[in-house]
Amino acid sequence: MIAFNKYYNKFNILSVSLVIVSLLLLTFKGLNFGIDFKGGTLIELRSTVNKINVSSLRDNLSQMNLGDVSVKNFGNETDFLIKFENNENKNVIEEIKKNLDKSFGNNFNFRRVENVGPKVSAELLRSGVIAISVALFLMLVYIWIRFEWQFSLGAIIALFHDVIVTLGLFSLLGLEINLSIIAAVLTIVGYSMNDTVVIFDRVRENLRKYSDIKIFELTNISINETLSRTLITSITTLLALLSIFFFGGEVLKGFSLAMIFGVIFGTYSSIYIANTVLVRLNVTQKTVIKEDNKN
Amino acid sequence: MLYFSKLRIIFITLISLLFIIFALSNLFNFDNKILNKKINLGLDLQGGSYLLLEIDNDPVIEQKLQNLTVTIRNYFKEKNIRITNFKLLNQTLVFTSDENSKQIILDEFMSEESEFNPYYERFKSHQLDIVEDDNFFKVSFSKQGIVNLKTSSQDQALEIVRRRIDEIGTNEPNILKRGNDRILVELPGLDDPMRIKSLLGKTANLTFRFVTNNTEGSFGAEKLEFEDGTEEAMVSKRIILSGENLLDAQPRMDTENNETVVTFSLDRVGAKRFGKATSNGIGKRLAIVLDGKVISAPVIRDTIATGSGQISGGFTFQSATDLALLLRSGALPAPLNIIEERTVGPDLGQDSINAGMIALLIGFIFVVLYIFFKYKIFGIITNIALILNLFILVGILTIFEATLTLPGIAGIILTVGMAVDANVLIFERIKEELKNEKNNLIAFDSGYTKSRTAILDANITTLIAAIILFFMGSGPIKGFSLTLGIGIFTTLFTVYFIARLLTVLYVSKNKEKEGLIR
Repeated sequence: MIAFNKYYNKFNILSVSLVIVSLLLLTFKGLNFGIDFKGGTLIELRSTVNKINVSSLRDNLSQMNLGDVSVKNFGNETDFLIKFENNENKNVIEEIKKNLDKSFGNNFNFRRVENVGPKVSAELLRSGVIAISVALFLMLVYIWIRFEWQFSLGAIIALFHDVIVTLGLFSLLGLEINLSIIAAVLTIVGYSMNDTVVIFDRVRENLRKYSDIKIFELTNISINETLSRTLITSITTLLALLSIFFFGGEVLKGFSLAMIFGVIFGTYSSIYIANTVLVRLNVTQKTVIKEDNKN
Repeated sequence: MLYFSKLRIIFITLISLLFIIFALSNLFNFDNKILNKKINLGLDLQGGSYLLLEIDNDPVIEQKLQNLTVTIRNYFKEKNIRITNFKLLNQTLVFTSDENSKQIILDEFMSEESEFNPYYERFKSHQLDIVEDDNFFKVSFSKQGIVNLKTSSQDQALEIVRRRIDEIGTNEPNILKRGNDRILVELPGLDDPMRIKSLLGKTANLTFRFVTNNTEGSFGAEKLEFEDGTEEAMVSKRIILSGENLLDAQPRMDTENNETVVTFSLDRVGAKRFGKATSNGIGKRLAIVLDGKVISAPVIRDTIATGSGQISGGFTFQSATDLALLLRSGALPAPLNIIEERTVGPDLGQDSINAGMIALLIGFIFVVLYIFFKYKIFGIITNIALILNLFILVGILTIFEATLTLPGIAGIILTVGMAVDANVLIFERIKEELKNEKNNLIAFDSGYTKSRTAILDANITTLIAAIILFFMGSGPIKGFSLTLGIGIFTTLFTVYFIARLLTVLYVSKNKEKEGLIR
């Protein structure tokens, strides 16, 4: 048996600091919103010749009065990702096409064009925030119906921890937040909850079984009993996600990365956060027996 | 938990077979209509354009209020009520009146039978709001009035957009209303949306009006630029003929002048009006105005009584074709703005499919190997269930002809990763039970029973997330929630019916064997 409970305090301190650092990052550094939420234009180009590089492309586009243009390689040498802010000019893409053809010859393939107006991006951001809030709320309701309040509190704290730290990491690394990240965050919410609930189920079962074991020991027993399941499921989920990350193409990179962080945090938090809340609230056999009598 | 009746086994086998056939129908072409279903590929996988158009209703509101000024003025004139200082400001009509008429005016506007409230009976709501302050009146559209106006202009715009897109002949366009002032256009397989964008961006409001010699700023005339920007002309505001009178328009090569023109023919009313105007106006210039710009302003040489004519204006063949198309399909009630555009080229779509499939295959192989390594014979059972899970998931998507997007493929891959969770929960529980229970059958039975709540909990939490995403998410993300959500049901089915059936068959044959699962 691994003594997870020996490190409860240390990891709680670590988690509290991680959450504080993440919140500070989110407040002061903010998130790197993509065009879905900020509005603007994105163009994915593929050049059919090798000689074109990022800086020549950037020089060319910066003469076009597009405002703040960002040009990056995307995946490989001949693919480029161009981004700029909202532009009043309706024919801007046509003009870019003409301009590039003039300077580099007809060597570009416009693989993807996305243009999100300011009104739409504001709406997408709002509905994304609403979606995550509604998800958190429904999880709260579900867990509240399902468990005693001490357990609910533990699960919810673990959930917020995972979402905040994942977003904090995105802020720290400057990774782009787009629509698919919202999907990833929601899936993380589901996954983290799922992991916590499985351990809690066991804690509750053990509480009924053993009246003489303190919650500090009991959580440790429960974590150990469910440990192989926790690990196997995390590993298979991570295997799937890693294969999306490495082979699923550029578009899914951010999504799978967010999910990978989320699964790791989710696994960690169901062991070290959800359970420690039970310990700190000094949950005893009475907590669950009382509830049983009520039913 | 361990008993399966013969009937049940047959039922499970049949359902699995059915879905496998549907899943495979994506690869083959069947003659049968029911069998020959395919998963639709989303725009991000097959390439195409997604355009969200917003109707700019401000000009419509202004126009309607402008029309109302005449109605209101005539209406109160008949009743001998004097209203003065009539003006249109910021989508509000303002006017003043005297103390005596005040109540009558308010009553008229609030009356349920008055002609200012044409749909009171239907919606129990006034079309116009009126505010009075010291004999100073402000009239504007009520909430319901605005809603009605928006819905009707959306209906009209949708029709025109559909006609224009049909004229271009793209395959299977998807044109839908969004809210009450937006139109969503999905054009699969379209790799250059520039032309469609420029066609949808034009209101195509065509008018024939005389060029006047009046001086600048005079009432009833306005200064308009020529399309090519070289000239300006004073054009009368009086409309002789508008696009509504057009029956047909076609691009044509005019062999005489060797240039491309657009020929048009007019309906009966239009032909009559055109004939009259051309006979009265010989020697004058007739401006052909499209969306506030003069295309050309030829001098009238003869009466045109045939009801047909041609527009020249230095067109290329392409621009003449587009103009003819716009004229044929009619004018939009209001300008459309493209507020969101997402276009994916077909080769990127194919690359995404390939990448998605490779990721699925590799993820699948790793998960299968890992599970086999972990559970041996029960690993094989889990893996059979996992394979069937994939087939059933794809089969369900096929039956409903659902749309598969790249995030949708990600959802399938994620399902592969998370689907084994249920079997892992069961097998781990059985292992624990076997520590205290020597009878294999009892241990397996209680393993299944005791793990059930945890499995349900785990799947419900994921399902909650998927459902919210489905309703709140847009476009490709919806595809993710769809595969993830359906994946939960197929996972439960395969775990509780297929994997359990195989487990039962194996365990009942090896009842006496020790250490069945380690």
